[in-house]
Amino acid sequence: MLVSYNWLTEYLHIDDYTPADIAEKLTRSGVEVDILHKLGEGIEGVVVGYVLECEKHPDADKLNVCKVDIGEEEPVQIVCGAKNVGQGQHVAVAKVGAILPGDFKIKKAKLRGQASHGMICSLQELGIEAKFVSKAYATGIFVFPNDVKPGQDALEQLNLNDTVLELDLTPNRADCLSMIGVAYEVGAILDREPKLPQPSVHTAQELASDYIGVSVDDKDDTPFYGATIIKNVKIKESPLWLQTRLMAAGIRPINNVVDVTNYVLIEYGQPLHAFDYDLIGSKTIRVRRAHDEEQMVTLDDQERTLTSDHLVITNGEKPIALAGVMGGADSEVHNGTTTILLEAAVFNGSVIRQASKHTGLRSDASTRYEKGVDPARVKKAGLRAAQLIAELADGDVLEGPVEVDGRDESPAKVELSLERVNRKLGTDLTTTTVEGIFHRLGFSFTKTAKGFNVEIPSRRQDISIDVDLLEEIARLYGYDNIPTTLPDSVTTPGGLTKKQTIKRKSRRYLESAGMNEAVTYALTTAKKESNLRPSWIKHDVSLALPMSEDRSTLRTTLIPHLLDALSHNKNRNVQDVALFELSSVFHTVEETVTTQPNEKLHLAGAIMGMWHEHQWQQERKPVDFYVVKGLVEGLIEELDADGEITFEQEEIAGMHPGRGARVLVGKTDIGYLAQVHPATAKEWSLKNVYVFELNMDRLADQTKGDVRYEPIPRFPSMDRDIALVVDEKISSGKLEAVIRYEGGRLLKGVKLFDLYEGENLEEGKKSLAFSLKYQDPERTLTDEDVSKVHNRVVEKLEAELGATLRS
Amino acid sequence: MLDRLEELQREALQKVEQASELNDLKDVRVAYLGKKGPITEVLKGMGKLSAEERPKVGQKANEVRDEIKTAIEEKESRMEKEALDKKLKEESIDVTLPGRPVRRGNRHPLTAVVETVEDVFIGMGFSVAEGPEVETDYYNFESLNLPKDHPARDMQDTFFITSDLLLRTQTSPVQTRTMEKHEGQGPVKIICPGKVYRRDEDDATHSHQFMQIEGLMVDKNIRMSDLKGVLETFAKNYFGEDRKIRLRPSFFPFTEPSAEVDISCAICDGEGCRTCKQTGWIEVLGAGMVHPNVLKMGGFDPEVYSGFAFGMGVERLAMLRYGIDDIRHFYTNDMRFLSQFK
Ligand SMILES: [Zn+2]
Repeated sequence: MLVSYNWLTEYLHIDDYTPADIAEKLTRSGVEVDILHKLGEGIEGVVVGYVLECEKHPDADKLNVCKVDIGEEEPVQIVCGAKNVGQGQHVAVAKVGAILPGDFKIKKAKLRGQASHGMICSLQELGIEAKFVSKAYATGIFVFPNDVKPGQDALEQLNLNDTVLELDLTPNRADCLSMIGVAYEVGAILDREPKLPQPSVHTAQELASDYIGVSVDDKDDTPFYGATIIKNVKIKESPLWLQTRLMAAGIRPINNVVDVTNYVLIEYGQPLHAFDYDLIGSKTIRVRRAHDEEQMVTLDDQERTLTSDHLVITNGEKPIALAGVMGGADSEVHNGTTTILLEAAVFNGSVIRQASKHTGLRSDASTRYEKGVDPARVKKAGLRAAQLIAELADGDVLEGPVEVDGRDESPAKVELSLERVNRKLGTDLTTTTVEGIFHRLGFSFTKTAKGFNVEIPSRRQDISIDVDLLEEIARLYGYDNIPTTLPDSVTTPGGLTKKQTIKRKSRRYLESAGMNEAVTYALTTAKKESNLRPSWIKHDVSLALPMSEDRSTLRTTLIPHLLDALSHNKNRNVQDVALFELSSVFHTVEETVTTQPNEKLHLAGAIMGMWHEHQWQQERKPVDFYVVKGLVEGLIEELDADGEITFEQEEIAGMHPGRGARVLVGKTDIGYLAQVHPATAKEWSLKNVYVFELNMDRLADQTKGDVRYEPIPRFPSMDRDIALVVDEKISSGKLEAVIRYEGGRLLKGVKLFDLYEGENLEEGKKSLAFSLKYQDPERTLTDEDVSKVHNRVVEKLEAELGATLRS
Repeated sequence: MLDRLEELQREALQKVEQASELNDLKDVRVAYLGKKGPITEVLKGMGKLSAEERPKVGQKANEVRDEIKTAIEEKESRMEKEALDKKLKEESIDVTLPGRPVRRGNRHPLTAVVETVEDVFIGMGFSVAEGPEVETDYYNFESLNLPKDHPARDMQDTFFITSDLLLRTQTSPVQTRTMEKHEGQGPVKIICPGKVYRRDEDDATHSHQFMQIEGLMVDKNIRMSDLKGVLETFAKNYFGEDRKIRLRPSFFPFTEPSAEVDISCAICDGEGCRTCKQTGWIEVLGAGMVHPNVLKMGGFDPEVYSGFAFGMGVERLAMLRYGIDDIRHFYTNDMRFLSQFK
């Protein structure tokens, strides 16, 4: 909503406040003023001029040489390029020395040999947005429509000395979608009573009811419909004051009748529509729901196919307007119109909202209907428009608008106790203070035993329960005046849950291990995930109406977007990148999703380039599988997993077939780590990339949570090393598993310390060396004790895995 | 013989003096103090001496021996030290060469903000609550006093999955879910951080995915003045002791009265500058008293209980805190960006 300060002064005494003051006050009491548009800002020296003579430039086809009276002793000569300039016009002249927006200074000039002392201006040159300029002047200079005098300040005549307040209204404050509504609001803030227009019209003898009959199918859809007939109308340009007000309100002037309906729309917030009576084609108006598939052409010349959700104004047979949204092309007011039917109606907001949504048509009228117009204002608004049309279009208003009135006029009442006000706000307001606020708002009330019974005027449809009223009191009392206290409530410990603690611990661990946290988008495409998506996922979860193909499906894995991030960095010549992300992934088992999908918290990482580098010492260690494995092992240990961590070789979707492992804690599958398949990596223009992706919900379930202290061993441990030669297919993990199993209670630790393949070994064999630590918490072990267990370990390794001891 | 001993001493000390290597000293030691050395020789000849002279010569011989020994040792240790000094000098390195870096990563600025805010409220006795990102229409809208046809739904353009399932547009659904768990018994004191989604074209100030932190407190006799107090405590903790807050009336369907909360601009200290658009204030969050319909739908009796709620945009807090000018940076994961948040 654009509110002209000058226009507002018509309803309220605000001369003692600047537009900026008013804006500040509105903003601080709940109606936010987004922008202050200072019209005519940066313009100086523009006056009204009268074109005494206008002749073609002797040496230039497109130029005219004008002699213009600008109220000074001598007329000035101005060369003007506008097509529409002509003798006898009042125009806006930027004199020599004038300044136009953009710090454009007007100087004496010579155009093709002709002196030019000034410039005749278009409205755009005076800073008015082209879309608000009447089509008549859209491509040329502006011509004043009525009496102005040469030398007068053109800015004042054009209302360019005005400031327009652009309101950013919250959805509840539809009452401020009109000048009168804003006048009430500012009046409440300043404690001043607004002065409203008192429209009256001198009617002709004829009766409107002889011209039209109105019927309404459903009073819920159309609580009120009023039709005024105005004869002998002359369609012409509106007077300057009306045009400038509309432009300030962001509406393009069209002609006097349409301009009046728009003016009253802004003034009262009541949408109106003018039909050309002679084009209606009957003496009947019937408001009904459209039939399915019914067709009509709207004002914008679009053919619309309607449904029974739409409300239409018909001539008894076919639609002549889409109610509350847009008029029909067939009955549009045009230059030859002489009789008009002026509609002032109240339509059901949600019906209009649906129609507007359906057709994609949003207009100043539909927005107001959607949010609810004041039913008490509709008749006055109709009368106001009739009065203005009578005045500005010389129309004869016929006696008695034809009305169908189904409005519920009983006022809403809200009970409120003073005790409740103070208890909810933490204030100590007195009855007098609260009464004062009601008075400022223009709400009448009666006192009750506990407080007030307040009658809510119909312009404030946002108020229906006591907290609505409480808010009015709070905002007019001033939020700043409400005290600052702390809750008088029982103390609670607060804190993080186990899972939240695990999230934080994981982040800290990975950060200190050298990884950076990334946050990527959850929306992706199925295609992007295609070969990275685990096969067990039944269905992904897709948006009904995505904004773009790229963001149409919720991700089932975090890896693709991490690869995007690696790729982004690589393209910027950042080669060594280690990222992790902790975010949700989504999937469903339903073919068509009906219930909330599975939403799991995943922790994934992606690493490329050097993991360790110290250049001047010639150390370069690229990331490899074991770096990532170390990270994952370390993380799970950090989180204190309740169970043994094992890694099982597995072919994982999108990953290198020989370099991938499933991660298990106990028997629970936690996730995987792997090298990305070179073909997959190539799709991201990447090469060697290692990733892991863990299900944190499952991992959290597998952690102990509390640290339990174990006594420090009192007896010494004993180390024994074994070097084994085995078939190269036997994994280190298998050997370790046998060692652990046979080592039993006394075996405290196993560590691989050497791996050898190649020379001095039989083809197809490899050698691994382990260090075994034995310890008994109860006593000091003897050589004999250890040998007994150790020999059994060796025997089993030989027997089960064909290992031989390396000499 | 005494003269001979003194002569030997002089001779030996001179040689010690002249020695330039450790080996020379070894030679001196062997030559004068060895079993076949001249002092031993002198002692062997003591038999010829009188009983009176014998102890004198013996004592003198021992003195000479000690003198020489001490001299050798002193010289030895001096030479050793010199040798070590020389060696250490040769071992000197260029300390200005780059050190071996300790690999470290950083937390994402959004995480840093979330955790800081969480900790401030945990300090005030709040718990952290979380909820699903795919929500039902009921939790995201209806339970928050936004029935199907409510015009305020236009405030948030929603990513729908089905007519009933959607990507949550706010973290507020966690409010209802938490209230339901409390089964009508207060107090409820939660802070809910999380990702939310809206149909916005991504640009410098909009993102279709972003983060919010929601707060909720419900108990008997919670007043609007308490909301002011809690938010002021938060603002001072998070933004600094000198910051002031100001509430402006606003509208949210799930609170009433509602407020936009501004904080005094830290850059100009309220004087007006570019960051605060010359107002001296910066909008940081939305808040209000929980609407009775929301309490009811969460299972609380609005006649007995009241509460406040507030919500803030994490990106906005991070942008203010670090001076970041484009919201897309948070989701691009450029290392040159991420590595700045130590
Ligand atoms: Zn500032």
